[in-house]
Amino acid sequence: MNSASNVMNQSPAAAEVMPPAAVPWGRQMYWCARRELWESRSIYIAPLAAGALALVSCLVSVARLPERMRSAGALDLAQQLERVEGPYDMAGLLIMGATFLVALFYSLDALYGERRDRSILFWKSLPVSDTTTVLAKASIPMLVLPALTFVVSMVVQTIVLLATRAVLAGSGVDAQAAWDHFSFWHASWMLLYHLIALHGLGYSPFYAWLLLVGAWARRLPILWATLPPIAIGVFEKVAFDTSYFAELLMGQLGGGSHHATKVAGSMSMDSLSTPPPGEFLTNPGLWLSLVVAAVFLALAIRLRRQRGPI
Amino acid sequence: MTCIEARGLGKSFGTTVALNGVNLEVPEGRIVGLIGPNGAGKTTALHAIVGLTSYEGELRVLGREPSSQRDQLMNDVSFIADVAVLPRWIQVSEALDYMEGVHPRFNRAKAEGFLGKTTIARGRRVKELSKGMVAQLHLALVMAIDAKLLVLDEPTLGLDILYRKQFYDALIADYFDRNRTILVATHQVAEIQNVLTDVLFLDRGRIVFACSMDQLESRFAELTVNPEKAAAAKALKPIDERQVLGRSVLLFDGANRQELGTLGEVRTPSVEDLFVWMVGRGAGQARGVAA
Repeated sequence: MNSASNVMNQSPAAAEVMPPAAVPWGRQMYWCARRELWESRSIYIAPLAAGALALVSCLVSVARLPERMRSAGALDLAQQLERVEGPYDMAGLLIMGATFLVALFYSLDALYGERRDRSILFWKSLPVSDTTTVLAKASIPMLVLPALTFVVSMVVQTIVLLATRAVLAGSGVDAQAAWDHFSFWHASWMLLYHLIALHGLGYSPFYAWLLLVGAWARRLPILWATLPPIAIGVFEKVAFDTSYFAELLMGQLGGGSHHATKVAGSMSMDSLSTPPPGEFLTNPGLWLSLVVAAVFLALAIRLRRQRGPI
Repeated sequence: MTCIEARGLGKSFGTTVALNGVNLEVPEGRIVGLIGPNGAGKTTALHAIVGLTSYEGELRVLGREPSSQRDQLMNDVSFIADVAVLPRWIQVSEALDYMEGVHPRFNRAKAEGFLGKTTIARGRRVKELSKGMVAQLHLALVMAIDAKLLVLDEPTLGLDILYRKQFYDALIADYFDRNRTILVATHQVAEIQNVLTDVLFLDRGRIVFACSMDQLESRFAELTVNPEKAAAAKALKPIDERQVLGRSVLLFDGANRQELGTLGEVRTPSVEDLFVWMVGRGAGQARGVAA
């Protein structure tokens, strides 16, 4: 037996490294997510473009800042702070808005496009499970886009912040009181928290719904994605003269129903529609949204297993 | 070892029956041609085998159940649907990266080697390649996978004759060995006849004929009969007769070749002729019933 196995080891065929039986799941997820970035370049182009626009507009605004601060010399602290923070917040909102739109359109097309162009037959000819594929696609709006938004916002805001300080210092305007009340780290933390809580977790049912519709619809997924919720809302309004469903959706978009009204009133970064972490995590609404998102994703995985090209 | 085993394989789309109780056994190391007219159920059968569609009946591919274990099965099975399914946006280098990233049995150096014999540049996108080049790319990707079963569905559809020939030449010279099995569906029978070891005729969802090429050669004979011996030849009960350039060409099943040799020119019928006779006859009967 020994001699036989030695002979086998010496043969050139056996000397070749045997390929592993399977690729680790993490590596497959990584390549599947990377594939999405190759296909939908808007995932990183849109935040970068929005970031560039935000940067340029903020820098123009910053250049005019000393003039505005002087013209309103009698401003109280809150107003001063608002002038310093204003462009800074707008930059964040602009980038967030752009990535939110990208996330919506990406999610709707992710499982629809591959069926329409028949490339699903190629993807399915590889040893990647439907679960891995759908989760990799879901990770784009739920993880990758919020992370990109954060990074681009941080870069833009850092540049704007430095420029503001330099311009104000150079022009001799005393804004020290405003700076004392403005914390870069606090604002960054709020942004990150807002992105995780609302864009990553809070919006997950919307993204999952769009993925599900994309996996199911044979035509016009955008109509299937929007008309049924509208129909439910209209039915409820006409039949019972209530609008719980519409409020639920709007509340979810605003980050938790009881915060919805607050958000509509003020869109500044600090009060940005996100409750404190303790309240956020214990809110049953959050867990319910996650369950809904998980159910939609499970259905999308099931549909991808069954459906072929259209 | 049995590579593919099907018992009573069935599939319907609404009221249309695509597969009607197909029984099939493909041993390892064969090159099997699945031949049938349009709409015979070839694609449905192949999709069932690679786990792309649900089905009724029993199906085992390399010991696995395709409908529930597609992802594991695809470690050992490669599939080319038709030339149009490579995503149009992907770059050649991205396709190589992705395959290397997700496929445990993909050998990048091999794929690069196959691509090196073509004019396909790594930076090109699929949408910028000609149809023939896309087929070459797909074949290079698939041949670099150390798979046990390769399933091809009309892989050369829409390609010109040079690409078609290259495609099958590469497949046989650089890929096939006795440990692999190839199942290829096509209706361009003539081009692949000499690479096949077995043929399966599929018609209206049923296997109507299954035979190895060796058996086919010993069993069937085509006789171009000398006019004066026509009566003697017909007495041997040919299964088909047609006229070519004023001479009778008779098809025999299980006749003695030496005996036929005395009556005219004997050769082995082409798979195409057999196919037309078997499936065409079926269609004729169906028309007769309908009339």
